[in-house]
Amino acid sequence: MAEQIIAGFTVDVSADGYMTNPSQWNKEIAIEMAKELNTELGEKHFAVLEFLRKVQMEGQQLTIRKVGTSGIVDIKEFYQLFPGGPLKNASKIAGIPKPTSCV
Amino acid sequence: MSEITEKYPLKKVLIICAKGNLEDVLAALVMTNGAVMEGIEAKLFFTFFGLDGITKNRMNSLHTATVGNPAMRMPGGLPFPSLLGILPGVEAGVSAMMKSQINKLDIPTVTEFLEMITAGGGEVFACKLACDMFKLKKEDLWEEVSGIITVGQFYELAEGHGTQIIFV
Repeated sequence: MAEQIIAGFTVDVSADGYMTNPSQWNKEIAIEMAKELNTELGEKHFAVLEFLRKVQMEGQQLTIRKVGTSGIVDIKEFYQLFPGGPLKNASKIAGIPKPTSCV
Repeated sequence: MSEITEKYPLKKVLIICAKGNLEDVLAALVMTNGAVMEGIEAKLFFTFFGLDGITKNRMNSLHTATVGNPAMRMPGGLPFPSLLGILPGVEAGVSAMMKSQINKLDIPTVTEFLEMITAGGGEVFACKLACDMFKLKKEDLWEEVSGIITVGQFYELAEGHGTQIIFV
């Protein structure tokens, strides 16, 4: 496990840059991580991130379908908010481990 | 000699679904949706019996074969006798059971899966030859099918570096 400084905070990250301790996460880290993925975060983004964190902390497996039925965004919007791999990128920005589901 | 270290990530996949069993159609859908999720451009092409997967009145009642399927098992793991598979209702029962198991894993229905793929920018096509053979027209197919195309048009879609074609 490695440490990385993001937006001035020292956080634990995995080899592919996912935070391994979700409690170290905050909004500044999210904004900084999103920048690296060419995404500027708005209110809707944060609503999705909070949802992902909630599902993850409940110990449930994250899927695109769950996000689509969350009532926050539909799947099309999810792809627009986090282009080029929404579940992966959003999980990274949300400070949770890399998703392991196939759907 | 210098070592080649540069990686060439997959950029596009063309997936062909040629079978109409529930598990074959799902395999094609999982692979296509998985590509879309990874940000890989994906085109899904249905041909022959695979067309059931995008034919309006069949796509949500696909079955799994109970005859001629040696991997088939009873719920406890015992071998599934082929002769049982021919009884009326057994195939429907087994298929219903498969569907409930699949649903528990949060795997969507065929239509919902296709919607997820197109929502993410993936495209779905039907094979012209197979449509002619089964006498299917565009209006018989799921609304969001991008077109009925020939094999030549299919290969044209494969242009560009980092493309792979996968046959299910």
